[in-house]
Amino acid sequence: MIMTEKKPIEEIKESLTNSKKVFILGCGTCATLAQTGGEEQVKEMAKLLSDKEIVGTAVFETPCDKRLLKRDLRAISAPLNTADTVLMLSCGVGVQTLVDLTGKIVIPGLNTKFIGMTEHIGEFYQRCRACGDCILDETGGICPITRCPKGLLNGPCAGHMNEKCEVDREKDCAWVLIYKRMKDIGQLDKFRAFRKPRNYQISTSPQQIVPR
Amino acid sequence: MSYISSLEKSLATSKFTITGELTPPKSASIEDLLDGAKLIKDDVVATNVTDNPTSRVVMSTLATCHLIEKQTGLETIYQITCRDRNRLALQSDILAANALGIKNILVLTGDYITMGDHPEAKPVFDLDSVQLLWAIKRMQEEGVDLAGKQLKTPPKLFVGAAVNPGIDPLEPEIIRLEKKVAMGAKFAQTQCLYDPAVLEKFMDQISHLDVKILVGITPLLSAGMAKWMVKNCPGVIIHDEMIKRLKGAEDKVKEGIKMIVEVVSEIASMGVAGIHVMVPERADLVAETVKAIKASGVV
Repeated sequence: MIMTEKKPIEEIKESLTNSKKVFILGCGTCATLAQTGGEEQVKEMAKLLSDKEIVGTAVFETPCDKRLLKRDLRAISAPLNTADTVLMLSCGVGVQTLVDLTGKIVIPGLNTKFIGMTEHIGEFYQRCRACGDCILDETGGICPITRCPKGLLNGPCAGHMNEKCEVDREKDCAWVLIYKRMKDIGQLDKFRAFRKPRNYQISTSPQQIVPR
Repeated sequence: MSYISSLEKSLATSKFTITGELTPPKSASIEDLLDGAKLIKDDVVATNVTDNPTSRVVMSTLATCHLIEKQTGLETIYQITCRDRNRLALQSDILAANALGIKNILVLTGDYITMGDHPEAKPVFDLDSVQLLWAIKRMQEEGVDLAGKQLKTPPKLFVGAAVNPGIDPLEPEIIRLEKKVAMGAKFAQTQCLYDPAVLEKFMDQISHLDVKILVGITPLLSAGMAKWMVKNCPGVIIHDEMIKRLKGAEDKVKEGIKMIVEVVSEIASMGVAGIHVMVPERADLVAETVKAIKASGVV
């Protein structure tokens, strides 16, 4: 899931300084699960912006899917046309898809944080950086590119303490986790292997997958 | 036998090698540091020159090494980290180091960027230390860069790495050292050591490796410093007895040096190649510590 968090309301108000008529649009998928852009958060945002004219609100199923967004936009075309600004409670993909389709001024109400795992409601952890060249088979199913701040490929730096990372003593050292896991499953031989420098060419942005 | 550097020669031919460490200045002038280099010149075979240590901006290591060697004659060990430069910048600096006459290089991954004075900067870590060692090995042995392109004159440097004998768990650190040695590290300098038992266990586990160990030595200058190190420095084990002695000592620096001489006397017979003496910002204390160690006759 794409994890998002709410921007501070002061920042949103600042972005909306010159806006008079605002439409608030949420996301029914990731941002709903993250409780940052679902029905409740859209309503809450409308209340917080009581000094603006809120011309309408909606939560669409998947605003990052252009086909679905286009379909859903038909239902709100009238109020949307009267809005000078859309405040979007979705990830950055949703914001850009809406800009693409409508040409409207769209303000992001959320910060897009990471691709994450849900532990509990309100508790999410980054687990993938979409590097484009998955090596989880080499590292016991634990990603060092994501979970080691230095993205090391050849074992832990000597900065861990009590098995916690030098960068944040609250977080586990990814390479100690990998070591213990690979030892458990009898893969220390694989752990010992030298891993060459990564090929960053394959993750040059913007990435795309297109029919050939 | 011809040696690349005095350090290599010392490690090959003498019983006990001592290296020091200097940190480049946060300044556009090198003069104070040169005074420090002159202070330790007769006490050490060579001195490390750190690379933006703890992620703080200081003068470029490469330039500092060159100026120390040119103006004081003290041989340097050029520390290079993967934090601030990608593979292009690292390789071009290595070529430059060779052209400047620098003979030793110590390869490190580097502290993370948020630990220093520019926490908002973009961390690089294009390579890790093992991969950078591999790059240097290819440059030196195959005469090519990481892209496989020919180097007209390959560099010729004496290459080292770092290791932390007190880290827990130890096995992944040993495996990492195995990789570093396989990728050309001929010597390894360690994290500061205060507990000989830690080193004994470590030396036992690396007996299969062909690498010269220089044990990190830093005299404790106060009980507060000792407590800080135990809390903040991974793999550093300091027993309460040492802290008690520091608390009770009238001259804490003198006591700290006395205690470290005792540590050195215990580890000297453990199969190590020597020691690496570090006292941040205090070249005078590096000199004093080395003199005390030599005077004690333990090495």
